Amino acid sequence: MTLRSRLLSPAGIAALAGTALFLLVALLGPVLFVGAAETSNVPERLLAPSAAHPFGTDDLGRDIFARVLVAARVSLLLTLGATLVSTVGGIAYGLVAVILPRHVRRLATGLLDILLAFPWLLMVLFFTVIWGASAMSAMFAIGISGIPFMARLVYNLASSVSGRDYVRAARVVGVGPFGILVRHILPNIANPLFVNAAATASVTLLSFAGLSFLGLGVQAPEYDWGRLLQDGITRIYVNPLAAIGPGIAVVLAGLVFTFVSEALAGGGNGLRAVGRRAVGAVAPLRPAAAPAPRAPMAADAPIAEVADLRVAFGTADGGEVERVRGVSVRIAPGEVVGIVGESGSGKSLTAMALAGLLGTDARITTTAHTFHGIDMTRPLTAADRSVLGVELGMVFQDPLTSLNPALTIGRQLTEVPEVHLRLSRAEAREHAALALESVGIPDARRRLSQYPHQFSGGMRQRAMIGQALTGRPQLIIADEPTTALDVTVQRQVMGVLRTAQRETGAAIVFISHDIALVSAFCDRVLVMKDGVVVEELDAQRIREDATHPYSRALVACLPDMTSDRTRPLPVIPPELAASALAEEVGV
Amino acid sequence: MTATPPPATADLAGAPTAALAVRAEGRGRGPSLSPRTAFLLRRLGRLLVSLAVVVVASFFLIHLVPGDPVRAALGIQASPELVAATRAELGLDQPLPVQFFDYIAGLLRGDFGDSIRTGRPVSETIAQRFPATVTLGVVSFLVALLAAVPLGIGAAVALQRPGRRVADAAISGILGMLIAVPGFLLAVGLIALFAVQLQWLPAAGWGDPRDAVLPVLALALGPMAYLARIVQVEMSGVLGATYMTTARAKRLPGRLIYLRHALPNIITASLTVSGLLLSGMVAGTVLIETVFAIPGMGGVMVPAVGAKDYPIVQGLVVVYALIILGVNLIVDLILVTVDPRSSITEG
Repeated sequence: MTLRSRLLSPAGIAALAGTALFLLVALLGPVLFVGAAETSNVPERLLAPSAAHPFGTDDLGRDIFARVLVAARVSLLLTLGATLVSTVGGIAYGLVAVILPRHVRRLATGLLDILLAFPWLLMVLFFTVIWGASAMSAMFAIGISGIPFMARLVYNLASSVSGRDYVRAARVVGVGPFGILVRHILPNIANPLFVNAAATASVTLLSFAGLSFLGLGVQAPEYDWGRLLQDGITRIYVNPLAAIGPGIAVVLAGLVFTFVSEALAGGGNGLRAVGRRAVGAVAPLRPAAAPAPRAPMAADAPIAEVADLRVAFGTADGGEVERVRGVSVRIAPGEVVGIVGESGSGKSLTAMALAGLLGTDARITTTAHTFHGIDMTRPLTAADRSVLGVELGMVFQDPLTSLNPALTIGRQLTEVPEVHLRLSRAEAREHAALALESVGIPDARRRLSQYPHQFSGGMRQRAMIGQALTGRPQLIIADEPTTALDVTVQRQVMGVLRTAQRETGAAIVFISHDIALVSAFCDRVLVMKDGVVVEELDAQRIREDATHPYSRALVACLPDMTSDRTRPLPVIPPELAASALAEEVGV
Repeated sequence: MTATPPPATADLAGAPTAALAVRAEGRGRGPSLSPRTAFLLRRLGRLLVSLAVVVVASFFLIHLVPGDPVRAALGIQASPELVAATRAELGLDQPLPVQFFDYIAGLLRGDFGDSIRTGRPVSETIAQRFPATVTLGVVSFLVALLAAVPLGIGAAVALQRPGRRVADAAISGILGMLIAVPGFLLAVGLIALFAVQLQWLPAAGWGDPRDAVLPVLALALGPMAYLARIVQVEMSGVLGATYMTTARAKRLPGRLIYLRHALPNIITASLTVSGLLLSGMVAGTVLIETVFAIPGMGGVMVPAVGAKDYPIVQGLVVVYALIILGVNLIVDLILVTVDPRSSITEG
């Protein structure tokens, strides 16, 4: 999003309008309302709110609404001053820390981390007792206590930029450290800095109100919003608006700074920056994984069957896009079926739908869907779920993410035996150890108490296969189980899968974009393209029988003993790779 | 706020932090130590350094005051004799190293000196005021924690289904408001509503459990909203993870799916944030105690800061810092117990 479009977003408009309003009040308020705000008028003292005095009057008969308007200038100036101190100090500390020699740098960042552990108020009180309670010292105290947060942020941003190629290039051509900082690093971290400066302003404003409220900020006869709040709260039973009025001003101004931050950042980032700044959490959350599509589903009388399966997803504009468009798959017991196709062909969605694991965001229609006699189109009973848990195994593409990182391998491999087979803890563990051994993981009993991160990628994938073996698998769905692995590990995993199939007699649905792998491993191959099965082939005769242009193109990419090794391998021509083919198939 | 994952700027700012922080503290440990022991040793080292920083800073507090600190505290009308006596009382006539040694020795004995204004031992004041502050802080934190975790998980699970944009926006809006309004302003609103308008609860005081309701709410609501938000975002991420599909593929009962498979994966981020929030709440008690006239440490801290009563401020700064460092240590210990990997092995 460009700055212009962000300014025209709701947050941008709120930021512009709010800034204009508060600028106006800060400029004109003290000029227009100083009379009502500061002239004692004893006959009118302690009046309740009325049309003439929206927030009532104070003990000297001064109009509280006028005082709130006049106080805007002092409150905002002090906020900006403190924000400036935080930002300038933070940038200086953070940038200098980046170019320091390594051990000094560690000291500098270590000190920051220590300071960050302490809440702002404690630091501000510390400085206030040194410099005395006055508006200026409060401004510096709040500004300085904001430096560690900003410095940490600048340091993190700058060090992530300083490893980039253009900075290295500048270093190579002899630009000095200062030139690098000012010309190459600072401009590249400017936007997040502005965002966080605005977030800091929002929090600073509230801090200032708090300090003045405690009587340690602006001193009488000067007043800011915090000071007015302090005056108001003593009379809250008489006139609640005397306290709430200044409070509203503080919250509104804080919101405007927040909106400015959001307008600069876009996409909710500014709001989050304020939230993090408020608790002093420089380190935000781990980035959450994008929610993957997922859902409950179906099975049938051959071991599994799905007929005329359609899977659609809602689009942002309220429409619907169909990603699987009428696929029928029938899997006989013990059969090994391959599904090939490129990314987006719908092969994984078909497999997930077959397993009944698509998310609630998927709209699934099918005329029949069964697994081992269970009608998967109806709500599953507890008994059905046990059958599925025991008889249906899943192996996913990325073994790094498909095992739960927080649980031991043993815990994850004993679940099916414990929950569905009703085995005791010890029996389930024995079961799991055997499963691990059968997928070629030595020292299985010790391995059971380890966590996934202590396994290599290939071992994790074998453990996933082992997990499928802890039940009595009738069908194992392997969704690109070797794509994320390197070639030698791929061979091990394929070997393990083959052994598992031979020993358990389970059927396998093997999904891949690698037609060589599929034709070597499977009995039967379905070729998918744009959500439909374009061809179904006997794996042994795939070269001879393929007639559909897309299948032929896939087969043509397979090197064999007669391939001319001096020429590049063929690629799928663009007219086949594009959706042009869908029309030809007549969908 | 929306339910999207944390943004690019956040990643940029945050991703290196944990690793850097751990690296900065993780030097010189032999590889023979188990990751957990090494982690605990690093954190313990950091705790000791932090403590040293606090003690040194609090000692130099009085020396950083521009001009004559005793004169600043007693005012211009104080007689020279009184100033000299107070100076001797504070030990300021001694050489600096002797002062520092005396200060440390005093701290170790729990002796923070005597208040300049009242002459009473600071430790006595702290002992009197400590319970109210800790009660307020701990109760508020527990309320925030116990409300935030179910709320965040519930929101994440409920918002999983498509077409919940309005509900999402409503939850985000309410939580966002609570996060944005600071506790002491919330306190003013709560008093105006529940004490003044409805007259259900007292506006000030301490002793009866009813007195504690509004202060606890004022202190707890903001952190509760922030924590609920974190839990919701983390939980949404976890619910979309492949390993959750694996768990669902095993057709486990919902209780196992959420409690065993999901919860441990959000606990690190939630606990880390909880630690920060609790530290913030400890400081927040100063403002809340002032609003509700609660006889806690904040009630002496604020006037002491205004009056430059150095021994009181020194003692309270050390006590507040000890509470905060203690909180951090407890969080670290829990992390080591519940989290098998990230924070521990990263270094």
